[in-house]
Amino acid sequence: MIVSVENLTRHYGARTALAGVSFQVREREIFGVLGPNGGGKSTLFRILATMLAPSAGAARVAGFDVERQAADVRRRIGVVFQSQSLDKKLTVFENLRAQGHLFGMHGRALAERMEEVALRLGVADRRDDLVDTLSGGLRRRVEIAKGLLHRPTVLLMDEPSTGLDPGARRELWQYVEELRDRQGITVLVTTHILDEADRADRLLLLHQGKVVAEGAPAELKSRIGGDVVILDVDSPARLAPELLARFGVGATAVNGSLRIETGNGHRFIAEAVEAFPGAIRSVALHKPTLEDVFLDETGARLT
Amino acid sequence: MNFWLPVWTLWSRELVRFWREKARVAGYVGSPLVFWLLIGSGFGDLGFFFPGALVLTVMFSAVFSTMSLIEDRREGFLLSMLVSPAPRSSMVLGKILGSATLAWIQGLVFLCFVPATGHTPGAAGLVEAAGVILLVAFAFTVTGFVIAWQMESTQGFHAVMNLVLLPLWLVSGALFPMAKAHGWVQWLMRANPVTYTVSALRAPLEGHAGVPAPVASVLVTACFAAALFAVATASAGRRTARTFA
Repeated sequence: MIVSVENLTRHYGARTALAGVSFQVREREIFGVLGPNGGGKSTLFRILATMLAPSAGAARVAGFDVERQAADVRRRIGVVFQSQSLDKKLTVFENLRAQGHLFGMHGRALAERMEEVALRLGVADRRDDLVDTLSGGLRRRVEIAKGLLHRPTVLLMDEPSTGLDPGARRELWQYVEELRDRQGITVLVTTHILDEADRADRLLLLHQGKVVAEGAPAELKSRIGGDVVILDVDSPARLAPELLARFGVGATAVNGSLRIETGNGHRFIAEAVEAFPGAIRSVALHKPTLEDVFLDETGARLT
Repeated sequence: MNFWLPVWTLWSRELVRFWREKARVAGYVGSPLVFWLLIGSGFGDLGFFFPGALVLTVMFSAVFSTMSLIEDRREGFLLSMLVSPAPRSSMVLGKILGSATLAWIQGLVFLCFVPATGHTPGAAGLVEAAGVILLVAFAFTVTGFVIAWQMESTQGFHAVMNLVLLPLWLVSGALFPMAKAHGWVQWLMRANPVTYTVSALRAPLEGHAGVPAPVASVLVTACFAAALFAVATASAGRRTARTFA
């Protein structure tokens, strides 16, 4: 296992950000950590990136303990921060060179490697431009180039899509998949965006510092059998027990609507509308999403 | 892991950034220069106030350029340094040497006004003064680094500068000699690290030993810098929630 986390716990004063989290990441997979803001993702990311010490438990990355063998871990991880980490007053290549030097790379080997990552991320023609003058999407690419410069085996990305438009986001993910397929890099990515989580090979759902579910996105969604029906009704509290009595389905009230998981959505809708004329204002039917999975496991909404 | 590569890269980064913000260059030399000319002319003794004004220039420049540490933290560059395998001491040294070099250069610019003071230090005295200025620049930069590491905002940094460093300079022998000070102020001056930076600089410029003695002054300044450097390296090595503030 390229990343293995055991019973990881972190307190900030009286607040518990991580409460005994355990999971493992396989080599060459894109592993997503999904959860709402404040769910513990950032704390987990910081501990794995050797920026923060755990209060209890242990984490190993690429075979080394993040606490006791930090320098060994740092040589093997690439870190892409949610916030920028580039020096805006320096050019693209000056940033990359400084990064190389911090990792002990220099001379020709460094120059060639800078060329290589800059070309691959499509920022080579901007090499002498100040980072200040680049767009958000380009900066993120330089950020990734910086993270990959020293050929890490594990890439840690914290909310990489923040501030990117849909086009740039798609591009980013294509590249992440390429990294996994062509270079065998393991990618651990934290996110609160569903589209992004859907593209991970496996997912960890974090809520209030605890793991609530783990598995491939499709597998997680299939745990909710069939369809999700949302009924917009006048009185959720009154209708819910009637639905249970009549159709044997459990309905949960979410934001003034009723949410029902059922094997056969379209038939249920037809029967329910027929059975309670006038009580239902509008109806929605969809296949389960990761949002549903999260809701199902925690009773809380993701966003 | 190579120790000097990170030092070099962080040192040159400070210089490149400084060069790209030329407006800053004039600022730090300017105000102590005006200060010196006004006070020195007022008392009719430009010579006496010169070493103190030079120390003030170096102090301003050194301490304010370590404010870039607060920017580095805010802009995330600091974090990306901290997740690299470079030794913490080499990162701290590179950052400090960068700021110290800038302060040194500004001190040297100020030194060019020595003919106006009436002192005639000669070539040897000037070289010695340049060396002392470098040491003083290093000491003040380390001080600035240790303060900046604790600060979340540049406002807080200015407050420390005005409430602590400036008063220390006032009772450092820059404005009146220790011999003329009254009882307890004399003890305050002896306990004040800034006093030793001023007296270390007075000797080569004025050509005769003062109080405290020149060698002792250099030694105290060097020890002070070394002790704070240890503190700076230790803080950079700690992994706490504060790193993200």
